[in-house]
Amino acid sequence: MSWNLDSDRPIFVQIIEHIELDIVSGKLPPGSRTASVRELAAEAAVNPNTMQRALSELERMGLMKTDRTIGRYITDDKELIDDLKNKIASAKTEAYLEDMSRLGIDKKEVISIIEKKSGD
Amino acid sequence: MSSLLSVRNLTKKYNYFPALSNISFDLESGRIVGLLGPNGSGKTTLIKTICGLLQPEEGGVLVMGNPVGVESKKVISYLPDSTYLGTGMTVREIINYFKDFYADFDEARAYDMLAKLGINASTRLKTMSKGTKEKVQLILVMSRRARLYILDEPIAGVDPAARDYILNTIISNYDRESSILISTHLISDVENILDDVIFLKEGHIVRFSSVDEIRGVEGKSIDGLFREVFRC
Repeated sequence: MSWNLDSDRPIFVQIIEHIELDIVSGKLPPGSRTASVRELAAEAAVNPNTMQRALSELERMGLMKTDRTIGRYITDDKELIDDLKNKIASAKTEAYLEDMSRLGIDKKEVISIIEKKSGD
Repeated sequence: MSSLLSVRNLTKKYNYFPALSNISFDLESGRIVGLLGPNGSGKTTLIKTICGLLQPEEGGVLVMGNPVGVESKKVISYLPDSTYLGTGMTVREIINYFKDFYADFDEARAYDMLAKLGINASTRLKTMSKGTKEKVQLILVMSRRARLYILDEPIAGVDPAARDYILNTIISNYDRESSILISTHLISDVENILDDVIFLKEGHIVRFSSVDEIRGVEGKSIDGLFREVFRC
């Protein structure tokens, strides 16, 4: 099954986001080995060059590492992963708040909506 | 470094009608490039000229430094836009034919792909549906270990599920040394696997850029940009 990719944003950016989520959610556990570029490209149904570019970027960010003998693996730096989680959470919250303010709902109402929802 | 494919000032006329006007571009190794344009924009003419099936009036083509000829044909695997195989032949006969013809033909790869698509090698081509015939031809072309694959409308006649399999075959079978030039109208189906696109309009290249650049800078899908550039 291919990954869900939007057609109007650069693919490598979306691949990065997808893998970031998998790292944060623990689907790709810290220190685990990743599949090869070719396998990942086939899974995502994208060009291997694009996958390579995304993985290089993830390496640059420190979320992945390459070892000559083991290959490519996910970082075991828990702090880095936590930072990433906070970053994603805050970006998603910002986007949500923006949507709400477009609907004319202020922060207080938003909070009461959330409380009502999480009480369900 | 010399490029895999180098097209220089190519002009091709049908009588006095210029199908290609002074086209120049280079293709490096390891790229998947979409050749996109509306009907009659010169896509097939360009492909046939690169493959040596048409003679240009001006300019020329170099494939790994060699002019079009025996050497260039050895490294180009070409899927034409119409069938050329004897329809009375079985798939197995055609595979033997290809094996005989092309030193780089990988028989095991061909049978593997046939099996995955559920095509029986003892079937004669003429008894197959249009889509199945297209699949067989694509399998034959992709089973060569070529340097440049040129696919003229490879997925037009096949169903969406097989289309996914074929695109998957394309990305998992080509290696870093090879490049693929795909001409198609089904842009949204292929745009995720393309590195670059060439937009052809009335025999001119109106655009040659990377897919990420188009998406990143203009915030548009290739399909969206195509519809904009070629609005009727």
